[in-house]
Amino acid sequence: MSHVRVLVGTRKGAFILTADGKREDWEISGPHFAGWEIYHIKGSPVDPNRIFASQSSGWFGQVIQRSNDGGKTWEAVGNKFAYDGVPGTHQWYDGTAHPWEFKRVWHLEPSLTEADMVYAGVEDAALFRSTDAGQTWEEISGLRKHGTGPHWQPGAGGMCLHTIILDPSNTGRIYIAISAAGAFRTDDGGATWKPINKGLYSKYIPDPTAEVGHCVHHVAMHRSRPNVLFMQKHWDVMRSDDAGDYWQEVSGNLPTDFGFVIDVHAHEPETIYVVPIKSDGEHFPLDGKLRVYRSRVGGNEWEPLTNGLPQSDCYVNVLRDAMAVDTLDSCGVYFGTTGGQVYASADAGDTWKPIVRDLPAVLSVEVQTLP
Amino acid sequence: MIRVELPAHLRTLARVKGGEVMLEVAGPVTIQSLLDALEAAYPVLQGAIRDHGTLRRRPFIRFFACSEDLSHEPPDSLLPVAVASGAEPLIILGAIAGG
Repeated sequence: MSHVRVLVGTRKGAFILTADGKREDWEISGPHFAGWEIYHIKGSPVDPNRIFASQSSGWFGQVIQRSNDGGKTWEAVGNKFAYDGVPGTHQWYDGTAHPWEFKRVWHLEPSLTEADMVYAGVEDAALFRSTDAGQTWEEISGLRKHGTGPHWQPGAGGMCLHTIILDPSNTGRIYIAISAAGAFRTDDGGATWKPINKGLYSKYIPDPTAEVGHCVHHVAMHRSRPNVLFMQKHWDVMRSDDAGDYWQEVSGNLPTDFGFVIDVHAHEPETIYVVPIKSDGEHFPLDGKLRVYRSRVGGNEWEPLTNGLPQSDCYVNVLRDAMAVDTLDSCGVYFGTTGGQVYASADAGDTWKPIVRDLPAVLSVEVQTLP
Repeated sequence: MIRVELPAHLRTLARVKGGEVMLEVAGPVTIQSLLDALEAAYPVLQGAIRDHGTLRRRPFIRFFACSEDLSHEPPDSLLPVAVASGAEPLIILGAIAGG
């Protein structure tokens, strides 16, 4: 019988939640790396027992952990993230030039085809790749050097490369997103990159339609349609049907179009999920009601999903990497909150239950569907 | 042997049993030579106490010994005789920060 393994990164360690295909009874292991921030933890699609975790601390810096047995045991691997050449400068919050400095790894994206290959999105924004299972890292510097880098500026959370999407139909194509620079695409495996932000409108920057400078919070894709992208921007939910060349707003009837997460149903490429957040100044759900919104038509028309979620006095946030879906026949949807709850739905969002209620603030959620 | 006391998180990371690490340091005993020896014995600590490349002390790391704060001493200055002789440990600790 199939089962699922939910990988949860929190402010104070990693947790691994497992259940059979019914997704009713859960076992929880952890905290792994207790006391450290785990920005992201993700398994290889090629070898699901190989899992990578980004472990970091303001005191002790960055550690990358690797497991080869599904998270039972771990080994610290390479943590040297050296920018290629002289790093140069990007814009600081006040508009002055600021030198590029490595701070942490926000996102780890294992290769779709090679168990030893994994990508890392880091702050200050850059993309790294390891071809030896995390022992050594090399910057894919074409991104940072393609020309707009000196104009990138950090968002409130830092200038992080937080989203990496590998195109399953085209090994040369990678999408990434940076706060607050925008989305970018390579079609040649990382040698050359271009901003893909046409159609985005950000009224909080001097030129609302600028080529770069947009605060993209997250991007999602269904593997069956790699040219269709869905984006939760700082404000606005967007979609692109041409691999990011042009975006159109699909916020529609959402009660607020600010938010962080966005994801796509495993079997229905036009079914998408967001968690509306009241505003960038408040970072909690509207009216104290935690609601996932689902569109079954690729945006614009949204329905609230509330069954099993708190509908009063709820003031948590759901951060950008904290939603994921499994691939069981009845698609499971999962998300974690800054209040330490991890909610699961085994019926595509119709009903929800907390798997666990009192973890440290959740930074990321990933799911592995296992035989 | 040189004695080094590590913060709890780094003892866990380096899988150190017990409270102190014992190190052989070749030549003059300085912060730099001691950290070189520490990182050679425990490669997982590379980057955790001082930055890769620049080898600068990470901002929230402090070095104490013999009731003195040695954090701002040049890396190539000699450590106290009591540390070099093993009578006292070099204490590496995380600064109190963030509440």
